Amino acid sequence: MSQAATARIPEVLRATSISLAAIVLALAASAVLILLAGADPLAAYWALLQGAVGDGFALGNTLARTTPLIFTGLAVAFAFRCNLLNIGAEGQLYAGALASVVIGIYLTGLPAVLHIAFAIAGGFLAGAAWGGIAGYLRAARGINEIISTIMLNFVAIFFVSYLVHGPLAEPPGFFHQTAMVAESARLPVLYAKSDLSIAIFIAVGFALVTAYVLWRTPFGLKLRAVGESTGTARFAGVPVNRYVFGAMSVSGGLAGLAGTAEMIGGQYRLLDFFSPGYGFDGIAVAFLGRSDPIGVVFAAFLFAALRVGANHMQRTTGLPTSLILVIQGMVILFILCVAVLEWYRRRQRG
Amino acid sequence: MSLLRMERITKTFPGVVANDRVDLSVDRGEVHALLGENGSGKTTLMNVLYGLHRPDSGRILLEGEEVGFASPVDAIAAGIGMVHQHFMLVPPLTVVENIVLGLKTANAPGSPLLDLKTAAARIRQLAAAHGLDIDTGAEVWQLPVGAQQRVEILKALYRDADLLILDEPTAVLAPSEVEHLIGVLQSLAASGKAVIFISHKLNEVMEVADRISVLRGGRLAGTVAAADTDPSELARLMVGRDIVPPRRRGNRPGAPVLRIEDLSVRDDRGLRAVDGVGFSLFEGEILGIAGVDGNGQKELTEAIAGVRAVEGGSLDLAGLAASRGGRFRNIGHVTEDRHQTGLLMSFRLWENLALKSSDRPPFGSPFWLRVGAMREAASRAIDTFSIAAPGADIPASALSGGNQQKLVLARELGLRPKLLLAAQPTRGLDVGATEYVHRRLLAARDEGMAILLVSTELDEVLALSDRILVMYEGRAMGPVEAEETTRETVGLMMAGMALGEAATRSTS
Repeated sequence: MSQAATARIPEVLRATSISLAAIVLALAASAVLILLAGADPLAAYWALLQGAVGDGFALGNTLARTTPLIFTGLAVAFAFRCNLLNIGAEGQLYAGALASVVIGIYLTGLPAVLHIAFAIAGGFLAGAAWGGIAGYLRAARGINEIISTIMLNFVAIFFVSYLVHGPLAEPPGFFHQTAMVAESARLPVLYAKSDLSIAIFIAVGFALVTAYVLWRTPFGLKLRAVGESTGTARFAGVPVNRYVFGAMSVSGGLAGLAGTAEMIGGQYRLLDFFSPGYGFDGIAVAFLGRSDPIGVVFAAFLFAALRVGANHMQRTTGLPTSLILVIQGMVILFILCVAVLEWYRRRQRG
Repeated sequence: MSLLRMERITKTFPGVVANDRVDLSVDRGEVHALLGENGSGKTTLMNVLYGLHRPDSGRILLEGEEVGFASPVDAIAAGIGMVHQHFMLVPPLTVVENIVLGLKTANAPGSPLLDLKTAAARIRQLAAAHGLDIDTGAEVWQLPVGAQQRVEILKALYRDADLLILDEPTAVLAPSEVEHLIGVLQSLAASGKAVIFISHKLNEVMEVADRISVLRGGRLAGTVAAADTDPSELARLMVGRDIVPPRRRGNRPGAPVLRIEDLSVRDDRGLRAVDGVGFSLFEGEILGIAGVDGNGQKELTEAIAGVRAVEGGSLDLAGLAASRGGRFRNIGHVTEDRHQTGLLMSFRLWENLALKSSDRPPFGSPFWLRVGAMREAASRAIDTFSIAAPGADIPASALSGGNQQKLVLARELGLRPKLLLAAQPTRGLDVGATEYVHRRLLAARDEGMAILLVSTELDEVLALSDRILVMYEGRAMGPVEAEETTRETVGLMMAGMALGEAATRSTS
């Protein structure tokens, strides 16, 4: 065990250094843009840092925002380990949020521990069902999961929109939102000013469990085997289609938990379009975290910090918050560059 | 004066010296074989010549003038043509379209349009001159492999190549096609061109080449005239020691392990690839299936392994599929393509070794892996199968081809199956590794394992098998007792001749 652990360290270091290098390069390249915009890059980055982690409130906001990104990042990373590209984390997040809210509002009279457990289980299962549709279509009908998950996003988002406009709208129905979940379904609050709850610990816990499943269970080994080579997996007796379905379902479940965490961890009610694209950011988070659950946690924190710090940066330097999108995009681009370089070097040698 | 002189070529990659001060000279009118094991530097040397790699030091002279190629474009312009092991053809295009692809001269003078008629006429002329029989209008995907190879050769000739490099050209050919290719190469040499023939097969090299340069570990082990040498000297130069062919002991076959009757299987395109094949396989015997690639061997083994549906007939595994552990653990399968269906290239050796048994003791339970046990077992397998690896934690891709194959063997034999399917178990392996794999298979047979050996290498089938079956266009001929048949008979059957006829023809 300890030997295996030490063997992983160089790999992890290498992956980490690539991600860090990409971040530094992206910040350096963005500094040029900031200069062109007539601002001082160092001052801008200092403001960004202050806004993200400068005080308790800032840090609380960043951590609160990290939580759903960990879940969606894990979702994308898990599917990717099986060589599936889940672009549907956003829709699965809505499915999970819907189930958790319904359980939180209508399933009353339970002790808090049970109520929370049911809300979490419901969120996971709803997300899993939504992801599982794409998994089934891929496994049984060969339909590309990228296309199906993108389309299922629209279905989920607008179905929730329909529900909050009518059937599930809070009486008397002036606002397009559901009622609030019962007190017993709410996660214990850590820091009320920033809506930070213990959901962050649950998220980190799931990251650890996901890592364990991927690297320390036969299920994880076979799932990664399918991701690496369907041919080899099939010839070794792995039921490839079942694993494809399973990977998409678990991935959807993890994304569903992002919705659950939002619902019972701070927002407490379902609104139209409540997610600012956590599901899509999850793709970038998984990528920056190199599809490693622990890497995903750090990447989610970084992306949350950029988003949260952006407002403060805008106020102090006048730079638009959209600059953050540029930085995010460049991080991804630089990681891609490294990936291409690695591929090229391997090919040269081979 | 030599057409080509390569002097003291050195090329290093991070951590590896691929070519170490290699000298090579090739004359016009000569077929020059480049012999060496995998990883001995043959391909690197040719890539340096073809402009794909820049040498670290050394020089290349063509007709006495020093040249430096930045890319294959320069090499082609200088009259060098290369036929790669994996053909560089566009399947939906016709032969003539493939040959003129990328050439500006294919246009009629002053016209923006292709003049394929003139091109086709010139191709036919070249083809006729060297016995390269080809239909210029056919689309490449319709052509058999041998014909595609002729297209590649014509492509080089059409570009006025004076020096033709062929990388392992016989790997994909039937024995009769090999004969034909050798004839073509000798005709090319006779017309004043030079041919470099890359191979690791001794007999073939002896037959085709005028001179033979042997590489070992990136260095030139020697250049000898074919007339002054023999296969055992070449083997010694290539491996650095004497090679002793494995000796087969008499066998005492036991109970049947596999019984097949009238079996039909379809291939990926839905065509019937196995057509009414029947045979039995017993404990303690090796049944060799000879045949040119693509005659249904692949589909047959896949059906037995359980990864391809059986269309008709019966396949009786004597309870192997139903008994504990299921089909995939009770049948060992050395698959035809270790990259696509054998190994997980980026996974560690211990993960690869435990792949088929990760959810049962000693490697784990349904819920967790016992990584310690897996790594220990992997370290033991590295020792027993003498896999050249610094430890069990490196990825499979870091191993050479021969060691990757040993890794597959270690996993499949480690399951102690009653039945082993060995499909092309030595494809792409060098002499040393091949010898090792053969020894292992024979040892497993002596211990009572039933082995179905599928190979396109006639020598391999003859050396290992107790009985031999030949597959041709989905049908099986035989089995014949290996002791009672000859190389010629089996060779003729591989070309589609019925057993009786082949036997008479080869003795007359």
